[in-house]
Amino acid sequence: MEELASLMQGFAIVLTPVNIGLMFVGIILGVLIGVLPGLGGANGVAILLPLTFTMSPTSAIVMLSCIYWGALFGGAITSILFNIPGEPWSVATTFDGYPMAQKGHAGQALTAAFTSSFIGAFVAVLMITFLAPLVAKFALKFGAPEFFAVYLLTFCSFVGMGKGSPFKILISMALGFALAAVGMDTVTGQLRLTFGQTELMRGFDFLIAVIGLFGIGEILLSMEEGLKFQGKTARINPKVVWETWKSLPKYWATSIRSSLVGIWMGITPGGATPASFMSYGLAKKFSRNGSKFGTGEIEGVIAPETAAHAAGTSALLPMLALGIPGSPTAAVLLGGLLIWGLQPGPLLFVEQKDFVWGLIASMYLGNLVGLIVVLTTVPLFASILRIPFSIIAPVIIVICAIGAYTVHSAMLDIWFMLGFGVVGYVFKKLDYPLAPLVLALVLGDKAEDSFRQAMLVSQGEVSIMWSNPLVGSISTLALLMLCWPLISKAVAVIRAPKADEFAAQRPVD
Amino acid sequence: MSNEQTSDVADSPVLVRNCRVDTVVGAILFVIGAVVVVEARRLGAGWTSDGPGAGYFPFYIGLILSISALGVMYQSLGTKTRDDGAFVDRVQMGRVLSVLLPAVVYVLAIWLLGIYVASAIYIALFMIVLGDYPRVKSVVLSVIVVAVFFMMFEVWFKVPLYKGTLEPLRFLGY
Repeated sequence: MEELASLMQGFAIVLTPVNIGLMFVGIILGVLIGVLPGLGGANGVAILLPLTFTMSPTSAIVMLSCIYWGALFGGAITSILFNIPGEPWSVATTFDGYPMAQKGHAGQALTAAFTSSFIGAFVAVLMITFLAPLVAKFALKFGAPEFFAVYLLTFCSFVGMGKGSPFKILISMALGFALAAVGMDTVTGQLRLTFGQTELMRGFDFLIAVIGLFGIGEILLSMEEGLKFQGKTARINPKVVWETWKSLPKYWATSIRSSLVGIWMGITPGGATPASFMSYGLAKKFSRNGSKFGTGEIEGVIAPETAAHAAGTSALLPMLALGIPGSPTAAVLLGGLLIWGLQPGPLLFVEQKDFVWGLIASMYLGNLVGLIVVLTTVPLFASILRIPFSIIAPVIIVICAIGAYTVHSAMLDIWFMLGFGVVGYVFKKLDYPLAPLVLALVLGDKAEDSFRQAMLVSQGEVSIMWSNPLVGSISTLALLMLCWPLISKAVAVIRAPKADEFAAQRPVD
Repeated sequence: MSNEQTSDVADSPVLVRNCRVDTVVGAILFVIGAVVVVEARRLGAGWTSDGPGAGYFPFYIGLILSISALGVMYQSLGTKTRDDGAFVDRVQMGRVLSVLLPAVVYVLAIWLLGIYVASAIYIALFMIVLGDYPRVKSVVLSVIVVAVFFMMFEVWFKVPLYKGTLEPLRFLGY
């Protein structure tokens, strides 16, 4: 029960007026980011990161993680009211959420979505509270080969679990690593891939890449569709909330199942989107009203929202305990830790107790604050989407440019951002996933360091990856994931697979 | 996803199909991968006296990139595996360029005039030209937006932004 004591201490750290205030600011900014096209969790946090350089690390992470929760909540608003998924993992929410809004039950749909988001996140935070310290303690024994094996597993899971061409997943990843290699080599001090350009010495900052790929790329995509937002109006009053809450306990089995699916998938990278689809599929299968799914069943809103939030929250576990983020947003938060001078990884739990437990405590409070804020302010945020795109688009591009500039105060970065925007647009259209690129860009140096150290220990023998049972099983699992597209093809030849009915709707992310 | 693109204007001529773009992007990525491999070999992709050289890791990364790019190109040329979905039609291309080209000009303007002045002009022009808003309303709104940013960055958070080579806002003293 050492964890409980630490958690209480965490609450004591977070419960200051300043931090509570930052929490509200973070949630409101986050919902705003989640609602606006072109600004998502990852680039929203990336743009606001430079503003936190002067804050204490704890206050900064409280605000930034609340932006993340807010963005997760905000995705549901656009899915239900406008049939526009703000984030890839809210696609499944549109299946039943939008029909409910069309029938005039938008209030119920939103209440159910927010409440189940909260429940999913709560279960995941409970899991983090008790599991993260154990994982961190375990990981303290890790050497360079073990860490490289975990990095390998992270990237191979993208290939194994991702949708679309495995070649494209590998390309996205390798491109990220190649961009990460640009600049000064951390070990030998040699300049790599700079081609004599002094401006390239600094390398490519992943924050610039995130702002360009997700921000500018998304604006170009929205513009292409000539988006005119036509949405349903929602009024949430206490009576609707109360009525919906009374009906929710009926679906306890769906909630628990979805939370577990979300937690399991969330720990592996890029898990939130598959988790929401898997949970929706399972709910449809097990529900008595399964055949009515897609026409506005409240259970069809509960399942994906619970799973997506549980997955989004558990993505922070590997980031905290191992220093390996499970999603692009977690990667940006990890970048924040480095900038504030904290070394992510298992030692964080030993050396920065206040910070870690403050963050975990803020996850509990942040989600509670988030639930209250979204339930009370939905009409306000829905009205933002009625602002014409010709006002929102230039303002968002301006915000992205400012965000890119503030990272290093370098004019060249704004050009890079624009370039990444075009790359993001083309990649999105050709179904290249963007998450592996961002994660490779963030983890490039660290993965390379652990690889070189491992090779140094073994004098270049790859067999060190199987030198003990622990590292051996992680490496084997990684290779299994890498070859999964081939294995599943082989299995399909022997035994015809069941058709995945949501395969077409699931986005590549 | 891309083969179920819906557009407001269904009969707009398709400019280019996904498989073509796939081939071109694959070729570009192959070249990037090859450049990384060559550069890594120059840096020392082998074993040096004190361990793996600076090019050891990038060498394999470049190799993965090139081989995967060949895979994508192969898939985009095969009749069965290629994706014939429309990449972009004329109307969509026009819309995308109407945002992208002004954005390029905007970044040029930042370099000359600084972020604040360039942003105000950009937002106002975007609203007038693409949004058909009255001029006065557009200018007032853009100035308000930029003024809010100015207060936020220069005054509250004390993060100075780029003022441009010409520094038109020098008189403000920030």
